[in-house]
Amino acid sequence: MSDVDVSSRHNVTVIGRTDGPTVLLAHGYGCDQNLWRLVAPVLAKTFRVVLFDHVGAGGSDLSAWSADRYATLDAYAEDVLEICAELGLRDVVLVGHSVSAMIAVLAVNREPALFAKLVLLTPSPCYLDDGDYRGGFSRADIDELLESLDSNYLGWSATMAPVIMGNPDRPELGAELTNSFCRTDPAIAQVFARATFLSDNRADLPKVGVPTLVIQTAQDAIASQEVGRFVHAQIAGSELVTLDAIGHCPQLSAPEVTAEAISAFAGAR
Amino acid sequence: MIRAAGETENAADDDDPGGVAPTFSALLEDSAEDLYEHAPCGYLSTLMDGTIAKINTTLLGWLGFERAELIGRRRFSDLLTVGGRIYYETHIGPMLALQGEAGGLALELRTAAGTQLPVLVTSTVKRGSDGDAQLIRITIFDARDRLAYERELLRARRQADEERDRVRKLASTLQQTLLPPVLMTVPGLQTAAHYHPASVDEVGGDFYDLFPLTGGTWGFFLGDVSGKGAEAAVVTSLIRYTLRAAAVFEPEPISVLNNLNTVLHERFLAGDARFCTVIYGSLVPVPDGCEITLASGGHPPAVVVRADGTARFLHTPRGMLVGGVPNASFTAVTTRLGPGDTLLLYSDGLTEARTTGSSDRYSEEDLLAFLATANATGAAEVIRVLTDLLRGFGDGVEDDTALLALSVPGSDS
Repeated sequence: MSDVDVSSRHNVTVIGRTDGPTVLLAHGYGCDQNLWRLVAPVLAKTFRVVLFDHVGAGGSDLSAWSADRYATLDAYAEDVLEICAELGLRDVVLVGHSVSAMIAVLAVNREPALFAKLVLLTPSPCYLDDGDYRGGFSRADIDELLESLDSNYLGWSATMAPVIMGNPDRPELGAELTNSFCRTDPAIAQVFARATFLSDNRADLPKVGVPTLVIQTAQDAIASQEVGRFVHAQIAGSELVTLDAIGHCPQLSAPEVTAEAISAFAGAR
Repeated sequence: MIRAAGETENAADDDDPGGVAPTFSALLEDSAEDLYEHAPCGYLSTLMDGTIAKINTTLLGWLGFERAELIGRRRFSDLLTVGGRIYYETHIGPMLALQGEAGGLALELRTAAGTQLPVLVTSTVKRGSDGDAQLIRITIFDARDRLAYERELLRARRQADEERDRVRKLASTLQQTLLPPVLMTVPGLQTAAHYHPASVDEVGGDFYDLFPLTGGTWGFFLGDVSGKGAEAAVVTSLIRYTLRAAAVFEPEPISVLNNLNTVLHERFLAGDARFCTVIYGSLVPVPDGCEITLASGGHPPAVVVRADGTARFLHTPRGMLVGGVPNASFTAVTTRLGPGDTLLLYSDGLTEARTTGSSDRYSEEDLLAFLATANATGAAEVIRVLTDLLRGFGDGVEDDTALLALSVPGSDS
């Protein structure tokens, strides 16, 4: 691994109440910790909120990335545990969005004692259809995604140009977005996409031994309600909330209700 | 048709500035509405949840849908391929939500006929006067030609990547054929070698070998061919087997180099102006060690590190480059290695390396001083400390580097 310390490697940000319970927010495939921008300030009123970028995403240390290491979700789960260890986090409420929901499941299963609760936001344990299980995608669909990542290979430099439309009403979304947000080295995006969309973590769900909340949205093109119900059924004692929100990223499309759902579960005794 | 507030702006249509040429009259009849509907690109507006609210005629034509099939009924992501839909959810949606814009993205649309249309998509969020997001405006360009071109570039890039890997593999395979796969063990001696190629793309020009001759004697050599790459490799191969054959024919080191010079010079005259520097040595075992005779053709002097730690050069003055002139002259030097003594042959990749953080070059004197203080005994140890030294130079090692060491084990080992 790299010589850089874990906090720099993952561009760790800590905000909120230093005396509050710890909520660790793990972003999914595609973008970086900015995805939590609209919910983190709400959670920060009650909790100590820890944000980070997965290696390869956003402001992480790209020199720590290697195609071999990050070919499976286990490496990402190890990183989550390393962040907890470095910051000395205990009784963590771990919130994983999208693919990070399964990364969170793997992390919790490895070191259950570190975690108080688990929140799975629009999770899917397996994106591919398999027998009676309807993940929602065929192998050909995923190949098509990988292909479409390739077609943005060359368009990428244009996307990287720091020409971001002004946000006069949201000046806080300033320069930092131009550097990293949603822009991933195409080679890294390919490897992360494969690890995300081709892994099958269904067998890991029944092993979860901490109180778990599953949050899904009314309409999600990536993780269907059927998949959300499957996750809920596989984790004994879990709760399932269906938000009146559209899309795979309710923390952006419906930040208030998403923050509320996380808060209510994380803060409950 | 759903129309958002502020959408009906009409271009100047009747205020004639006066004196406009008749050729502009057609332009003046153009309207914003007509420009919208028949623009040379597709326009699409959606509600914030992606539901299609407005679409222009151009795009409908490309897609082959009726307006009524789409307005209020389908989302923009429904028009995308599955891969594109995932990309939209994981990248474009978040960018629109957080920065109000996502531009220059390559996607594929599915037409009513089931075909795919490659497009470039730029989206912006339209906000009302109160700052609330109202609509997503999407501009779509036909990218069929662009995509074909980009695929060609991508294919060329992949091919270049593959070619590079192939060249590297070829270079490293060829390199291995020019060096002994395993250095032979001489009874009663310790031997060690190291090779550092300056480039992974090209075969280096340095070479060495160690091989048995009759009567318990051995031959060994280390040298450097001018240039590198495939042509240098051909000469390296020629030198290697010529030295081995010449040593069997007439093992005395100066004779070996004379024979090599004849062979190389013939090639030189035939048009391949390559030459080499080389030290050739013969080794004869004696009680408690061995006797070594070296002949050098223009090569940096060998070093002997004695058991007491002192290091000195074995100079072979006036030795000429091999292959450049018909009757090159070579000089020999003889020494005896006793217990704890080490002989080192090296190439100038080591002694001409740039030292870290400066433009200075390492030198033969620096090497001698280093070995005198390195406290390294035995061939393996000497090669180890020198390998570490080379690694410390990093990028400063600009040329290939070969190292070959022979030592007589110390009396206490």
